[in-house]
Amino acid sequence: MNAPADFEFDEGTLRFTGELTLARIGDLSQRLAALSDAPQTVDLGKIERIDTVGAWLIHRIVRDHDAKVVGVDEDVAHLLEQLGQADKPLKIRPDATPPFIRVLREIGDGTIAAASSLYGLLGFFGATLIGLWGLITHPRRFRFNAIARQFEVVGVKALGIVGLMSFLIGIVIAQQGAVQLRQFGAEVFAINLIGRITLRELGVLMTAIMVAGRSGSAFAAQLGSMKLAEEIDAMRTIGVSPMEALILPRVISTIILMPLLGFYASVIAIIGGGIFCWIDLSIPPITFIQRLQEVVPLTDLWVGLLKGPVFGLIVAISGCYQGMQVEGNAEEVGLRTTASVVQAIFLVIVLDAVFAVFFSSIGWI
Amino acid sequence: MVQLNIAEGETIIHVAGLKNSFGDQLVHDNLDLDVKRGEILGVVGGSGTGKSVLMRSIIGLQLPDQGEIEVFGEPMIGREEYEAKQVRKRWGVLFQGGALFSTLTVAENVQVPIREYYPQIDAVLLDEIAAYKVAMTGLAPDAGPKYPSELSGGMRKRAGLARALALDPQLLFLDEPTAGLDPIGAAAFDELILSLRRTLGLTVFLITHDLDTLYAVCDRVAVLADHTVIAVGTIPELLALDHPWIQEYFNGPRGRVAAGAAKLKTGEAGK
Repeated sequence: MNAPADFEFDEGTLRFTGELTLARIGDLSQRLAALSDAPQTVDLGKIERIDTVGAWLIHRIVRDHDAKVVGVDEDVAHLLEQLGQADKPLKIRPDATPPFIRVLREIGDGTIAAASSLYGLLGFFGATLIGLWGLITHPRRFRFNAIARQFEVVGVKALGIVGLMSFLIGIVIAQQGAVQLRQFGAEVFAINLIGRITLRELGVLMTAIMVAGRSGSAFAAQLGSMKLAEEIDAMRTIGVSPMEALILPRVISTIILMPLLGFYASVIAIIGGGIFCWIDLSIPPITFIQRLQEVVPLTDLWVGLLKGPVFGLIVAISGCYQGMQVEGNAEEVGLRTTASVVQAIFLVIVLDAVFAVFFSSIGWI
Repeated sequence: MVQLNIAEGETIIHVAGLKNSFGDQLVHDNLDLDVKRGEILGVVGGSGTGKSVLMRSIIGLQLPDQGEIEVFGEPMIGREEYEAKQVRKRWGVLFQGGALFSTLTVAENVQVPIREYYPQIDAVLLDEIAAYKVAMTGLAPDAGPKYPSELSGGMRKRAGLARALALDPQLLFLDEPTAGLDPIGAAAFDELILSLRRTLGLTVFLITHDLDTLYAVCDRVAVLADHTVIAVGTIPELLALDHPWIQEYFNGPRGRVAAGAAKLKTGEAGK
């Protein structure tokens, strides 16, 4: 029992023995290919078992050498016949394109995708504005509950992580600033650094990045899976506008929350920096606060606060837009979620640079 | 349990005293079931009676609270991973949605089990095996290099079946193979299962809601209700029983239509 598949070859007759099965086939295929003469007869009278793989090998010999099969019962004959019918050429993998062409094609596809995504985002921004105008003219359609819910998810639940991040960033800025400025004996200027950079740039920028990762991605994933489950189509059929029920609450709450979160982040970062100054540079908190008042102009606060709503808009719109673009399968939800975060962070940083140029040219240096 | 028809032959799947529960929710209690060699056993039951859980318990994806499960005479519960693997390669499973690996083409999907268990098979033969398996399940040759996302639901099931058949299993588990297929596709799938059984001598464990499939392909039907298998037998034998759920299932409007269609078909075959 259970002898491996084997064969003897004499005078044009291939005589198989053992189990012609996937498990026992071994290197039979190569050995058959190495036969010197073409067999005329295949004798299966002494085999113990045969499965489709064994039958395939027999079929191959019969097909290639026009051999005759003897010693088979009805079942094996049926199996051989079925395999003959299943003998159709089949490609295993899609055709590979040459690497050079593929790289070119990918660059082209990527460019078109990026451009059409920005174009789509612009269109979506327009649709959101129209939706907002609809809310302003029909304030009764305003969904307070949905907005309050988003306030909780986007804002309140983000306080912990945004606070922790800002606190650590404040410490890092103070520490790095102090190390460099110590070389000039100007450690006290670390306070300028902390106060100005957090209020003006890092507070709101880091918050926008955090919100893009936390909430923008969640928007894309939520809307994307709702789209897959045809929930959004169902809403439209019933007469509920997805724009009013899903997108505007998310956009409005993010626009309102971003400056608040940004301000909160700046304050926490300043506290972190202050604690570092107190411990490491021996600057007491009172002196730290006095110095902050002297060196940080009020315009820095306005710069941070004005950027907030714009960043919030970008994060929310790009999350919602990518979510609404989901079609087909669950894999798409993942891709779109990633795209929403990348797009949001990219646009936030580009706009931050634009803002930097703008504010310095109007004299808010 | 009413054992109506002691099927001839060796027992391939033996389930005894099976108990499954999720938290407080009892799914199976003291469930017994035997599947004989060479038969197609249909498993029916209302939604939530644990048909899929039963299948998952037998194939080892769900550890039951109690009971014994033997497949090919080998106890399956608490086995070493290596020993379980030796038994596992003797069966194939078709999951509801096909469960194809999305990053591989159809043909590569079929090759995965062979590569895993028999790495010594050379690449040429491997490609040929994938090709005839795909053709045997009735897929067009151009389906081979396609990715699962490019296939329709019916094609995905056929591809899933091709992968389930990759190792020439003696036992095949099918979870609702015709659900979501159009009637033509479903009828073709029934034919396919019968033809494969004839060709490969398969034993089939078939979960289905499709009455036409039950009439067309199943030798015996096991009915799941009240946490256990309430009856096993051929459809006429089940109909002779006076159980309300069975009566409603097979004698409801849909059941009668399916029975009529099945009669018509056997009548035609007789001529």
